[in-house]
Order: sequence, then structure tokens, then C-alpha cells
Amino acid sequence: MTDTPSFAALRAFARSHVATAALLLLLLLAFGAAFAPWLAPQNPYDLTQLDILDARLPPATESSADARQRYWLGTDEQGRDIGSAILYGLRTSIAVGLASTALALLIGVVVGLLAGYAGGRIDSLVMRIVDIQLSFPAILVALVLLAALGQGLGKIIAALVAVQWAYYARTTRSAALVERRKEYIEAARMQGLSAGRIVLGHLLPNCVPPVIVVAALQVAAAISLEATLSFLGLGLPITEPSLGLLIANGFQHLLSGRYWISFFPGLVLLLLIVCINLVADQLRDAFNPKLQRQ
Amino acid sequence: MKTVLLRRVLQSAVVLLAMSVLVFTGIFAVGNPVDVLVSPQADQAEIERITRQLGLDRPLWEQYGRFLSQALRGDLGQSFVHSTSALGLILERLPATLELAVVAMGLAVLVGIPLGLLAGLKPDSAAGRGVMAGSIVGFSLPTFWVGLMLILLFSVQLGWLPSNGRGQTVEVLGVPLSVLTADGWAHLALPALNLALFKISLVIRLTAAGTREALLQDYVKFARAKGLKPSRIVGVHVLKNILVPIVTVVGLEFGSVIAFAVVTETIYSWPGMGKLLIDSINLLDRPVVVAYLLVIVTMFVAINLLVDLAYSLLDPRVRLSDSPA
Repeated sequence: MTDTPSFAALRAFARSHVATAALLLLLLLAFGAAFAPWLAPQNPYDLTQLDILDARLPPATESSADARQRYWLGTDEQGRDIGSAILYGLRTSIAVGLASTALALLIGVVVGLLAGYAGGRIDSLVMRIVDIQLSFPAILVALVLLAALGQGLGKIIAALVAVQWAYYARTTRSAALVERRKEYIEAARMQGLSAGRIVLGHLLPNCVPPVIVVAALQVAAAISLEATLSFLGLGLPITEPSLGLLIANGFQHLLSGRYWISFFPGLVLLLLIVCINLVADQLRDAFNPKLQRQ
Repeated sequence: MKTVLLRRVLQSAVVLLAMSVLVFTGIFAVGNPVDVLVSPQADQAEIERITRQLGLDRPLWEQYGRFLSQALRGDLGQSFVHSTSALGLILERLPATLELAVVAMGLAVLVGIPLGLLAGLKPDSAAGRGVMAGSIVGFSLPTFWVGLMLILLFSVQLGWLPSNGRGQTVEVLGVPLSVLTADGWAHLALPALNLALFKISLVIRLTAAGTREALLQDYVKFARAKGLKPSRIVGVHVLKNILVPIVTVVGLEFGSVIAFAVVTETIYSWPGMGKLLIDSINLLDRPVVVAYLLVIVTMFVAINLLVDLAYSLLDPRVRLSDSPA
């Protein structure tokens, strides 16, 4: 039968029913986010589609204009359908999480490979910077940067990249240090291959699996951090609301009992983060040959 | 040992200096505080007068140089909004934040260690599995959303606990504290629980992993063979050995609790320095933002240094090496 490493990893992954269910739910959320403009009953940021008469309706209320249209998750103070706002917010949250992780991954892997392969002074300098940065909590680094840079989509991605790159650099570097001493690298050197070819063609592919697992966990951390910063009013501007900003908008209504404006976006954020964590956890086990029983 | 210590202190100073440059220049680039401070009717002369008064007409490097020389003398500038010393404003708010952080950390230890022991001693029981699953959920939950849900449950639905402020305080040596009054505790309960939740999960996992490892060691087998009571084995022999890493982590995490207090303080309107930071960022009150960031980074560098020193004292096998600040 097919016994390629990736197929074996897939089988190892499917052994956990919880992780498989989480993966399916995650795919569903991603689908909802990707096709939000087609799936959502209204465009929540097109003011012509909002009806102020429908403001602050509790869940499952009918629209005042059209009795066939129901707001299943209620509306906010501008008569915006919370369900539609969640789909659009999910889109922003996932996009920011993925973009920042991809960019940080690229920077971190390149830096980590160079440090691990070059060794010596370059290595100790880079790792010193990484260690110092990782001794501060992510939220503090992000707060410093956003207080300095100001807010906006590009700036929050920059802050998230700055927070994350060090994890990848450290993981890649430690993998590179191990791989560098193995015979296949020695053999490649003996053949007279250039350093660039050895690093990119031979070292890189063998350092990737551990980094992928870290990246999967980091996407959840990035989404959570972005939501927290947006909640504090330091993240995304009001014109590009992510789930965190939706929750912040509902905060003022919480004390008067209008829970739905904050509650449902928070629930979706929670589902998203828990699912990513469960999938990433199982990925780590599946990629670890030591843990695989037969 | 001495040279290493000296190098570490020097390195910490470099980190602080780099941070001050980053923060100062970065914050300079954002917005013009004069726009916020003057009334819309102010004429050009008035705007220029205020700009000159705040020193904003000077070149950037000159502003930084003046800022640095004053900072070294403990003067981090005047708040644009409150017209008092920025550092004074931060220090005034510091006790509230420290009180919240200490109570949260205490809660994490008092709840986390017993639950962790339970999960470590009986990993296959329903209770042990439940505790471990709960700790995973505790890790995944976004702090701010949990904060809102606590308000929704305990303040709005049940009406048991207040949702903002510090409540009644008692002054001790000129510092107002909430922990001495019943009303203060009622106000402290929700924010402290919110801030502690993540750390409770962390302590549970550390304790459970430590316990499971310790139970397999020879000294535990020997203690059992001697016929010691299980409570004594766990309470004295196991606990003593797993406490070293827990103390280290609790010490290191204290800094991150103070950083995370920014979120909790904003939700519960707790008048600490985290809330001051968010308010100051929104009001473009630059000196206060810079002062907050420098104070918290200094605290961090100091905490990391102290924990490293304490660790080498607690565990003689650890030599103080040239690791980062």
C-alpha cells in the first residue's frame, strides 16, 4: 500500500477523533470566512443595507421590514446582523493571522538557517537577540510596537511578525544544528555543492517539519493576540473589524444585558482558536516518528 | 560570578537604551499632540506657543538627548494631559496594578498546585482527566473574552459582584489598598480571577508533569518501602522537589502578569498603570506612554535577573552562565 511518510502522518493524524472533528470544524470556519460575501445575508459594512429600525434586536428576531428575514444572532446598535458581521470578521481575523505567520515564518526560517549553518559569531549574535526578545511576553512587545507605530492593518501585521519571528528562528536554528552534522550534508559538501545549494536544497527541507508544527500553534496565538489588541483599540481600524473589534463594540452593551453583540463573536473566536490548537497538537504527534505505534 | 553579573547588568542597560530609542522615535512619528491639546478656536500663534512650550519645535535627536539626560535623573517628562510628572503618574498607579498581580499570582498557586497534584497523582481518574482538559481550555481562552463573560455571569445575570473600580480602599503608609476591606475584595475578585486563569492552567500543567515524574524516582519508592504515609510522601518529599521549577516559573511569569494586566484593567476599569497606558495612547499623551514602557521594561529586566540569581541559589547544580537578560 501507499506508505509514503506524508500518508503515514495522515493516518497517524486520523487516529484522534477529536482532532479530526476539530479539523472538519476548522475547514467549515475557513469556508465561511472565504465565502463570507456570498454566504452572509447582508453586507454588514454597506450602510444602505442596514436598517436603523432593526437596532439591538435579540437573537432570532424578525426584521421589521421583511418578516421572512430573521436575525438569528441578533443585531448591534446600527441594526447590523451579527451573523454577517461574524463571517466578515472571521475573514479579517484569519487573513491577519495567516499573513503575519507566513511572513514571520519566512523571516524566521531564513535567519535561523543562516545562524545554524554559519555558526560562530553570527549565530551567537542572532541567538542573543532572539533570547532577549523571547524573555519579554508577546503582548508587551506588541504593545511597545503599536504604541510606537500607531494602528492600521499593515502595522498590526508588522507587530505580529516582530513578535513571532523569533520562535521560528530558534526552532529552525536548533533543527539546522542537528542536521548540519549529518552525513548527507557532509556528502553534499564533498560533492563540491555551493553553500546556497546545500542550505536551500538539502538543509531546508529537513528542517521544515518541526517549524510547521510551531507555525500551526502560532497561527492561533497570532489570531488571539490580534483580537486582544483590537479589543484594546490598538489593532485594526473600525473600517476593517476583526472578531476582536466586534467583541469590543458589544462591551458597552454587556451591562444592559445585550449579551449577543459580544457573546457570539467571542464564541466563534474561541472555536477557531481551540480547533487550531487541537489540530496543531495532533500534527505534532503525527510528525513525531517516536510517538507512532506501528 | 562577579564578571558574569557585571556583564548581565551591562547587557540589561543596553536593552533598556535600545528600547528607549525605539519607543521615543516611534512615538514621535505618530500624531501631533498639540492638535489634541489646544481648542479648535486657537490661532496659529497659540499653537506655536504651545509647541515651543512642549519643546516639540526642536530637532528629534535634541529632544531625545534632553529626554535621556532627564531620564537618568529620574525625570521622564511632564504629562501633556495631566500637567504633572509622567513618572509620578505611573508610580501613583503602580500599587493598584501590583495588588492585582499579586492576588492573581497567589490565586494561581493556591488553585493550581492542589489541582495539579490531583491530576499528577491520579492521571487516569475522571477528576484527573477533567483537570487536564480544563487546563487546555484555560490556555486557549482569550483573556479578554473570559473577562467579559465573567462580568456577564457574575455582575449582570447573578448580580453578585461589581464589575468596575477598586471599591473601598484603606491607606497603608500612604498607599491605598483594596485587600483590607470586604468591599475591596468584592471588586478584586473578578479581575484577579480573570488575570489568574491562564497562570492557573500553567501551574496545573507544571505540577502535574512534575508529580508524575517524581513518583517514578527512587526516593519515592524508598519512602514507600519505609512505610511512610502517602500524605507525607506527597506533602514533604514530592512537593519539595517539584517546587523549584514552579517557583522559577511563578517568578518569571510575574512580569507577564503585569503586562497582561493591561487587558484586565481595561475591562474592569481597574485604576492601575495598564489602564493609564491605554488611556494615554488614545489621548496621545506621549510622555506617559514612554514612561510606562520604560518602567515596565526596567521591571522586566530586573525580574529576569533576580529569578536567575534566585534559581542558582535554590539549585546548586545551576551555574550562573552568560544567558540573556
